[in-house]
Amino acid sequence: MEKQLKKSVIGEPMDRVDGRLKVTGAATYSAEYNIPNLSYAVLVSGTIASGTITGIDTAAAERAPGVLTVITHLNASQLVGYQASTIAANGKPNYRVFGGDKIFFNGQPVAIVVADTFERATYAASLVKTSYQKDEHKTSLEDNLVNAISPSRGKDYQRGIVDAYKTAPVKVEETYMLPTEVHNPMELHNTTAFWDGDKVIVYTKSQGVKATQQSIMNTFKLTEDKVQVNSRFVGGAFGSALRTWPHEIATVMAAKKVGRPVKLLLTREQQFTMVGYRPKTIQKIGLGATADGQLVGITHESYSQSSVYEEFTEGSNNVSRFLYASPNVTTRYKIIPLNVGAPAPMRGPGEATGAYAIESALDELSYKLNMDPIALRLKNYSENDPERNLPYSSKYLKECYSLGSEKIGWSNRSQTPGAVKEGDWLVGYGIGCGVFGAHRGRATAKIKISADGTINIQCATADIGPGTATSMVLIASDALGIPTNKITFELGNSAFPQAGQQGGSSTVSSVGSAVHDVSLALKKKLMELSGKTENDVSPGSYTDILKQQNLPYLEITQGSQGGDEGSKYSMYSFSAHFCKVHVHAITGQVKVVKAVAAVDAGTIINHKTASSQMIGGVVGGIGMALTEEVLFDDRYGRYINGNFADYHVPVHADVPDVDVIFIDKPDPVLNPMGTKGIGEISIIGFAPAIANAVYNATGKRVREMPITPDKLI
Amino acid sequence: MNQFQYVRPVEQASAVKAFVKDANTQFIAGGTNLIDLMKMGVVKPDKLVDINRLPLKDIKKTVTGIHIGALALNSQVAENSLILQHHPVLALALNAGATQQLRNMATVGGNMLQRTRCGYFFDTNMPCNKREPGSGCGAIDGVNRMHAIFGASESCIAVHPSDMCVALAALDATVTVLGLKGERRIPFADFHRLPGDHPEHDNTLQKGELILGIDIPDAPATKNVAYLKVRDRTSYAFALVSVAAVLNIEGGIIKSARLAMGGVAHKPWRLQNAEASLIGKQATVDNFKQAAQIAMQGAKAYKYNQFKLKLGPNTIVQALKTAAGVA
Ligand SMILES: Cc1cc2nc3c(=O)[nH]c(=O)nc-3n(C[C@H](O)[C@H](O)[C@H](O)COP(=O)(O)OP(=O)(O)OC[C@H]3O[C@@H](n4cnc5c(N)ncnc54)[C@H](O)[C@@H]3O)c2cc1C
Ligand code: SF4
Repeated sequence: MEKQLKKSVIGEPMDRVDGRLKVTGAATYSAEYNIPNLSYAVLVSGTIASGTITGIDTAAAERAPGVLTVITHLNASQLVGYQASTIAANGKPNYRVFGGDKIFFNGQPVAIVVADTFERATYAASLVKTSYQKDEHKTSLEDNLVNAISPSRGKDYQRGIVDAYKTAPVKVEETYMLPTEVHNPMELHNTTAFWDGDKVIVYTKSQGVKATQQSIMNTFKLTEDKVQVNSRFVGGAFGSALRTWPHEIATVMAAKKVGRPVKLLLTREQQFTMVGYRPKTIQKIGLGATADGQLVGITHESYSQSSVYEEFTEGSNNVSRFLYASPNVTTRYKIIPLNVGAPAPMRGPGEATGAYAIESALDELSYKLNMDPIALRLKNYSENDPERNLPYSSKYLKECYSLGSEKIGWSNRSQTPGAVKEGDWLVGYGIGCGVFGAHRGRATAKIKISADGTINIQCATADIGPGTATSMVLIASDALGIPTNKITFELGNSAFPQAGQQGGSSTVSSVGSAVHDVSLALKKKLMELSGKTENDVSPGSYTDILKQQNLPYLEITQGSQGGDEGSKYSMYSFSAHFCKVHVHAITGQVKVVKAVAAVDAGTIINHKTASSQMIGGVVGGIGMALTEEVLFDDRYGRYINGNFADYHVPVHADVPDVDVIFIDKPDPVLNPMGTKGIGEISIIGFAPAIANAVYNATGKRVREMPITPDKLI
Repeated sequence: MNQFQYVRPVEQASAVKAFVKDANTQFIAGGTNLIDLMKMGVVKPDKLVDINRLPLKDIKKTVTGIHIGALALNSQVAENSLILQHHPVLALALNAGATQQLRNMATVGGNMLQRTRCGYFFDTNMPCNKREPGSGCGAIDGVNRMHAIFGASESCIAVHPSDMCVALAALDATVTVLGLKGERRIPFADFHRLPGDHPEHDNTLQKGELILGIDIPDAPATKNVAYLKVRDRTSYAFALVSVAAVLNIEGGIIKSARLAMGGVAHKPWRLQNAEASLIGKQATVDNFKQAAQIAMQGAKAYKYNQFKLKLGPNTIVQALKTAAGVA
């Protein structure tokens, strides 16, 4: 028998399996289930930042045409199964939707109005009149630094001598501010819910249907079989759908009350206050080095915005602990509870914030040392993880430096700022690095081979845009030797086998491993049934085995998880971002004219979707560096640009061609495919690359993002 | 959004009548501004008079210049060959505004009457004299980065957000309007007004008057023009500062100059003194800088828009350089 040479499909630039559905509008997003008898809900946002609701007049709204119900804190607790309070058992603030009369932040929902049409619900919502007893509010991070507290989750770190940078011959000591940024996915957050007897069925924008299911079970004291959550297509989320938000609970509640399906879509303005954001953070960096550029000490302090009712922390200081081989590192992390909604992880959470500060400071140091910034990074390259004293499972950051710098044309860079001009435009080059933990979580997948030879795999994971199903099809195809067009992958349904949320760049590693393992298990089972070995059976004849065994199909469910590799290795993805900018000498406009992202993310499963994901991260980095910022009026504790016209996400004209370079070498440890992760490192480190390039172009160091024209003239 | 009546007349006279009869009526053209304001609860009309069926879309040559109907779309004007030939600065300004999708809906009349983008004006939970006279100005001691440096008052420091109107101010256009008492013509410079004690009035239009169109007189200069808009992102953002420049240069000498700024005042800001300073001078960067300095006389900034005192003259200089083709 002729033995077939197995050609791997891994890495193939494959089109998205659901691409056609998406571009033709046939993909059904969660707000598009127009269930019979659907009713429409609108949330009423509170208008003060802190205080107590003293009265809420819903009479006019209830009388308005088509209105089915109005739920507020006054009647929410009458709903069976919903018990909530705005004061926790320990007396601390506790934000539960309609749980009580306390207001913790501006835009907090105070009522939900349900009507037979969206327009009627919207109108009725405008008739709800709320009166308040206002308390003094705090919304300014700068003005409340004195109220900084150490979060209960320990975040401080010390290696070697405390603040050793102060003793070094060459020093940088600077403060960097990153403003509040809002995820702003294209698709608005939305939820549709209906009750079938004592079971609730929910369509919602979610990065993990199992987690959403669990929250609803907990809130309404329901068992798993009574809660069904679907989120098949998600129009972007960036971390904003990593938790179950009050509006989702409110919709489930409203559906119970009206006994009809209810759909709720947040407005764009509500997206700014109700579903998290990247917290504004002030970071103080101290760097000390010898005259030849050896780091003596790094000190990284973060002061980050959080809410008064909930602690939010993130890993802003993480990068500084291990990316560079400094013998002495001090990190301190504080949060400032403010009258704002709780932050949420936003793409590259914490690390993107931290990398902005440390990569900027390192650039400042390079000029003080008169040393090329790449040479400075190489001088302090960490071969092993100095934080955990472990070898890296794989690290090809040096390769990223060299390939990326060549592609951007680094040799054209001048070490003297402001030295290169093209017409009226000053030219600058910059580098910034990204690093993010490579994780593998537990996941389970179900595989089914049918008599016609098609394969179907199911797992309760999500796809918020990276092309998860496409990657999974490639992984299964590779493991089974069956062509991709015979394989389907289904996700976004809580009835499917368990998977974690899509977050932390871990889906391909976790779910991909489960798909890989279950595919091999299927193959093994088929061999057992046929009594032959893999060498004797071609994948094309699997169906014959089913026939022989008189089986209409064969199905296997199997879980998969990593072992103890995390205690032996330090596992990270790395990226080196480069850009070339033009800065107008007179008007201060900045244009990123070229961008290169060189990436060590292990094996790349699908070059096409992986490149897209990198480009998306770069666009996010451009937003962080040049355009995005929420503006607050602290007198009123309200946003003044919480809308899509005034909060500037980058537009096409802001984005140059982005060259993505993958090292594409397998990680030998983390998972069977050799992948790491790319979602986060695509953005982490890009903003400082721009800030550094702007300095190189102009000699002006902007330490408050975003770098708008006014800061450069 | 509240409930409202909706009518769609086909004749100008009935449009004007339909308006004046009822108290809280609004004309609606492209709706790109009005609908947003209605959604935010800033404008709550009882009645909408949809004027899109009125025959006001023409762009045509007249004896004295070019006439543009009030319902001509922003994109149609920007692409029109007469405009490109005779008043290219108008096309440049239009294309610097909003997005293609918005320009495909937005009309010339609507563009002139678009409201300020001041964040306090848009948020009904904030004080704003323009939205609610007497409630105070949220911006004057607030976040006023986008606000005026010329002609503001204690009552209001908002700016007019239009790009198109900056070019029209430079081009000495005239506006024709129709009211119950008939037609009247308003020089463009007198169309928009400064806030004074009545920021609720953006312009000098009388209640119920319908804009029929604008006329732009023939201008001698079409070659040395520029519209420069400095903004927070490359496209789809309102101006921090913008400048329209129309120069007539013969043999290196400036014969005539028209300059107007956007993003700096409650109305498009014509720079007559700066223009005068350029006449008869050579088109040099030094002369441009001097003109820019003259232009900035009387400017007054607030807490967050100090940068406009520098960005303003810089933008004038750069626009003049571009218009004159001087490096
Ligand atoms: C997100 C966003 C970004 C934008 N960016 C820019 C920008 O960068 N630069 C810029 O210049 N503009 C910008 N615009 C504004 C845009 O140009 C205006 O919204 C548009 O020109 C309004 O025209 P319209 O026909 O849609 O007016 P409508 O919204 O229909 O009407 C606006 C007002 O004009 C009145 N009106 C309309 N026509 C007449 C008439 N013939 N007679 C009397 N009254 C009339 C209406 O009653 C209403 O009060 C932007 C708008 C948006 C939404
Ligand atoms: S500047 Fe004008 S529009 Fe803005 S808040 Fe003050 S009064 Fe209102």
